[in-house]
Amino acid sequence: MAESYTLRLRRYDPESGEPAYWSEYEVEQDPERSVLQGILDARDQEDGSIAIRCSCRAAICGSCGVRINGTSALACNTQLGDAQAKAGVGKPIVVEPMGNMPVLKDLIVDMDAVHWKKIQRVVPWLLPEGDPPEREYIVPAEAMIDVTQSMACIQCGACVSACLALEVDPEFVGPAALAKAYRFVGDPRDGQHEERLRDLAEDPHGIYDCTHCFACIEVCPKDVAPMDQIMRLRRRATADYDIKDKNNGYGHEHAFVNIIERYGTLHEAQLLPRSFGDGSLIRGQTEPAAVKQLVESLPTAARGLASGKVSLRKALLHPKLPDQKSVRKIFKEIESKDERLEINMYIIGENADDEEGAMAEGSQES
Amino acid sequence: MKLAYWPGCVSRGFTPELHGSMKLVAPKLDLELVELDRANCCGAGVIAEHNQELVDTLNARTFALAQGVEGAAGMMNICSTCQGAQSECQQRLDADGEYRREVNSHLGDEGLAYEKSAEWWNKNFLWLLVEEIGLAKLAEKVVRPLEGLRVAPFYGCYIVRPTERLGFKDHPNRDKYLDILIEILGAQPVDYAGSHKCCGFPLITMNRTTSLRQAGRHLADAIDAGADCLVTPCPLCHLNLDMQQPEAQKFVERDLNVPVLHLPQLVGLALGLEPKELGMDKHVVKTGDVQRKVRELAAA
Repeated sequence: MAESYTLRLRRYDPESGEPAYWSEYEVEQDPERSVLQGILDARDQEDGSIAIRCSCRAAICGSCGVRINGTSALACNTQLGDAQAKAGVGKPIVVEPMGNMPVLKDLIVDMDAVHWKKIQRVVPWLLPEGDPPEREYIVPAEAMIDVTQSMACIQCGACVSACLALEVDPEFVGPAALAKAYRFVGDPRDGQHEERLRDLAEDPHGIYDCTHCFACIEVCPKDVAPMDQIMRLRRRATADYDIKDKNNGYGHEHAFVNIIERYGTLHEAQLLPRSFGDGSLIRGQTEPAAVKQLVESLPTAARGLASGKVSLRKALLHPKLPDQKSVRKIFKEIESKDERLEINMYIIGENADDEEGAMAEGSQES
Repeated sequence: MKLAYWPGCVSRGFTPELHGSMKLVAPKLDLELVELDRANCCGAGVIAEHNQELVDTLNARTFALAQGVEGAAGMMNICSTCQGAQSECQQRLDADGEYRREVNSHLGDEGLAYEKSAEWWNKNFLWLLVEEIGLAKLAEKVVRPLEGLRVAPFYGCYIVRPTERLGFKDHPNRDKYLDILIEILGAQPVDYAGSHKCCGFPLITMNRTTSLRQAGRHLADAIDAGADCLVTPCPLCHLNLDMQQPEAQKFVERDLNVPVLHLPQLVGLALGLEPKELGMDKHVVKTGDVQRKVRELAAA
C-alpha cells in the first residue's frame, strides 16, 4: 500500500555559484520500493533538475551510491520503509551525496577523482610471470574461491564514502582499491604477489593506514568486507613474505603477538618499543630509526605516569598468567602448522555448522 | 546476577580506573562478578590479523573458562574492542562444527572446550545494563541524577560495526544505548558527528598522524557541540581520547581539554559513588569541572 514519504535531498549546482542547500519532496510509494524510486518520482513529478546517477536499479551496476540518513548505500538497494524506520517517525529521509569525494552536482560525486584513481593505484590487472600458456591458465578451484569475495565488488564506492581513515587522510589508498589488490595477491596466476605487497606495505597510505573501523564492511552492498581483505594483505605481507615495512606494521603485529605469547595479557609499556624492534624488546630500543619515534612518545608516557594511570612498577613489570604455559602451547601448536587454517564466513555462510568440508574450503596455504 | 567477568588487559593496565570503578559499581547493581583471572588477551584485532585459528583458539579458551563459572548468567566484558574481537571469533566458532572441534583440540590439555549454545552470551557492560539489568531498574537506583551535565557518547567501532555480527538483528538499538543511558542517569546526551566514528587507536604506532587527527577531530566536534565530557565503553578509545589528547591537539591545531569518562564511572556518579573513588583523578585530562558539577548537584 502506498505511503507518503518526505525526502530531504542535499542539492548543489556548481554553475549557480550558490552554496549547497536542502530541498524536501513528498512522494507516494509502497514501502518496499527503493529510495532511488522515490528520488526518481520527485524528479519526474516535482523538479526535473534533481541530479542522480543510476542505471540498473537492481544493485548490479553500482551507479547510485549515496548516503541515506548518514549511511552510505545504494539508493536502489534501500527500501523506503526501512529508510523511514531509520530516520524515525515523522522525520524526513535524508539523502546526501557520498562522502570523501567531491560533489559534481546534487547526488553525483566525482568517482574519477578519488575512487577510480585509487583503483588504478593498485595495478588492477594480472601481472603473470613468464610466457603465457599455450591454452588457458589452469587454476585450482580453491584458489579462486579465496578471491571470490573481492571479485564480488561492483565499484559503487560506498566503502570509499564511509571510510573513516580516508576522512582524515585523503591519500589513503582506501578500502575498495585494497580489496581489489587482494583480488590479485590471492590469484595464483599473478606473478607479482611480493612486489604488490611490498609496495602497499611500504606506502604510508597503504595497508597500514587502515584504522580497523569496520565502516567499509558495514556498508558494502555485496559483502566484500574490504577491511577483511586488507587484513589478509597484512597477513600475507608479514607471514608469507616477511616484509618488514617502515610503517611499523610488521613490528606492531609481531610486538603484540610476542607479548601475548610471553605474558598472556597485553603489557602495554612494551608494545611501542617492541614494535620498533620487529617484535623484539632489545632491538626495539637500540634501532636508530626507533629513537625518534620513541622520543615522540615520551611526553605521553610522562603524562601517564604523572596522572597516576601508570606506575613505574607497572611499566616495568608485568605478571604472566597463572597458566601461561598452556597459552604458550597453543601458540606453538598453531604457529608450527604448515598451513594456516582460515574460514571465511562469506564462503561458508552462517549455518554451515556441521556440514562436512566447510572448513577445508577456506583453508589457505601459508 | 552472577557473571563471568572478563575485564580485559587495558582496564588492568593503563586504565586501572576502569576496572576499579567497575568493581565498585557492580554491587550497587546487584552484580556478582567472578573475574576470569586465568583468561588471556582477546587479540584486539591484531592477533586476528596475524593468525585466525590462533585468535579463535585464544578466545575459545576464554569462553570455555567463562562457561565453567557455575551459576553465571553469562559473560561480561568492559571493553568495546574485546566485545568486537570476541564476537568475531564466536561467529566463526559457531558457524562450523568441524572448525570448532579443531580449535577445541588445542584446549584439551587444560580440560577446556567451548560449547556452542544459543543461551550463552558475552556482553559488554553497556549491553548488559540495557538488556539484562533493564533501564527501569537502573533508573530506580539513580540517587544522584546528573542534571545539567552534557555528555557526548563515544561508542568505539568494535561495538557498533558490523551490525550483522554484533546482534543488531535482535537488538536494533545497540547503537543508541549510550545516548539512552546518559538520559536515564539524568544527564543530557550531546549529539555530534564523532559519536560512532573511530578514535584512531589501532593506528597509533603505525600512522600517528591519521590516528591523532581522528581523535582530535572527534574531541573538537564534541566540544563544539557543548559537551562537558565524553563517555566511552572502550578503554582503548579512552587511551587515544584522554591520554593522547594533549598530543592530538597539535594535529587539529586548537585547544581541546575535554575529560573522557569510562562508562562505569558515569554510572557510578549517578549511583552515588564519589569521583575520587571512581578513579577520576587518574585521568590525563583533568576531570575537575565535571567533579565540580557533580558536587553542586549533591549540594542542591
